Amino acid sequence: MIQISNVSKHYGAFQVLTDCTTSVSKGEVIVVCGPSGSGKSTLIKCVNGLEPFQSGEIIVNGTSVGDPKTNLSKLRAHVGMVFQNFELFPHMSITENLTIAQTKVLGRGKEEAMDKGLKLLDRVGLKAHAHKFPGQLSGGQQQRVAIARALAMDPICMLFDEPTSALDPEMVNEVLDVMTELAREGMTMMCVTHEMGFAKRVANRVIFMDQGRIVEDDSKEAFFANPRSERAQQFLAKILHH
Amino acid sequence: MSYQWNWGVFLQPSASGDDTYLGWMLAGFKMTIGLSLTAWVLALLLGALIGVLRTVPNRALAGFATGYVELFRNIPLLVQLFIWYFVLPELLPESLGNLYKQSNPLLQQFLASMICLALFTSARVAEQVRAGINSLPKGQKNAGLALGFTLPQTYRFVLLPMAFRLVVPPLTSEFLNIFKNSAVCSTIGLLELAAQGRQLVDYTAQPYESFIAVTLAYLLINVTVMFLMHRFERRIVVPGYIGGK
Repeated sequence: MIQISNVSKHYGAFQVLTDCTTSVSKGEVIVVCGPSGSGKSTLIKCVNGLEPFQSGEIIVNGTSVGDPKTNLSKLRAHVGMVFQNFELFPHMSITENLTIAQTKVLGRGKEEAMDKGLKLLDRVGLKAHAHKFPGQLSGGQQQRVAIARALAMDPICMLFDEPTSALDPEMVNEVLDVMTELAREGMTMMCVTHEMGFAKRVANRVIFMDQGRIVEDDSKEAFFANPRSERAQQFLAKILHH
Repeated sequence: MSYQWNWGVFLQPSASGDDTYLGWMLAGFKMTIGLSLTAWVLALLLGALIGVLRTVPNRALAGFATGYVELFRNIPLLVQLFIWYFVLPELLPESLGNLYKQSNPLLQQFLASMICLALFTSARVAEQVRAGINSLPKGQKNAGLALGFTLPQTYRFVLLPMAFRLVVPPLTSEFLNIFKNSAVCSTIGLLELAAQGRQLVDYTAQPYESFIAVTLAYLLINVTVMFLMHRFERRIVVPGYIGGK
């Protein structure tokens, strides 16, 4: 589904990603973790072309992301993305947030889009809030709407960029529950997150990054039981203690 | 001081005979409003376009927009007006220049004034629009693109609706400025409000009454604009957002 081969990226002299290679198969759930500044968010944004990269290749569902001839909008329409700061559109009601891309990008009719939107809103447990605006919802609720908005596009895979980092601790679980359910249903997912509980529950593989390199890329069992690199050992020791 | 107040002067028949001095003032009032409103509509459209261009990834377009803003923002309004009215017609191809110079002098004054005010103000509107777009979280653009919107769609549906809401207050002050700046156009002979006021002084020797009337007329225009813009601002409030409820 997603093939990342030898991807490197730099801003001027600063190397953000160095020779990253990994892949995500259909139905797989991959968790990407690592210290801040290690390039995890940049890597996931390269997957749908929000960040350009200078060398290497990323193939999503047979389409090369870095190829200038690729119609990126068309590709992105089927790659769902969830952001750290939710990024719902504040001037639109929840239902408009859920339907606008369906009608303007996929060309669906208003009713069909609304049906789909409300069904997904119900699934994330927020049907009662359909007519509110994003600013009237809590962070956790906004993030669940954002997941529903991405799912409304019938994505072939989902990218999560630290979906719980901006949330109050109390709200983290409601979002993780939705993500866990999604993973159990077989959605292909690439998640940048520090939620190791989530990784242990649903991930197939864990990727550990440091200083722009993929340091570990292993099954979750191997990663948690016996991380090979010293940097990953330190990282786990620090975050698993509390 | 032995000034002879005479408020009745406005009802006296004017020197031209076919009107009262109040009629002169009203004509100037209408000219100021007509000129400023047409220039404002143009300035908003052009300013929005240039402001958007300043924020696009394409460097040539962004560079062009920056040049535009710096050109019209950094030359005094009065100098720009003289260039439009006195210099530019000489630089046009001869046939076009002659056509312009043979047209109704009032039309010449009005066109030069309108274009000058519109372009000068559009540069300032562009800066407000650019600031509005840049003040949105960077993730908003990414969120639009990630849903499959093209860049123009992302501006149309995601960025501009919020950016414009944010800049309504500074745009209101540009809107007020354009009425005040229009007084500069009296220098090329356009008979707008300020020019009519001065003319009244020449003919009636009642400067206090004349300029008090002019002052009140500008005040009336701008208080009305402020009132309308304030209502507009209330109408477009986003629930749950800054300033919303």
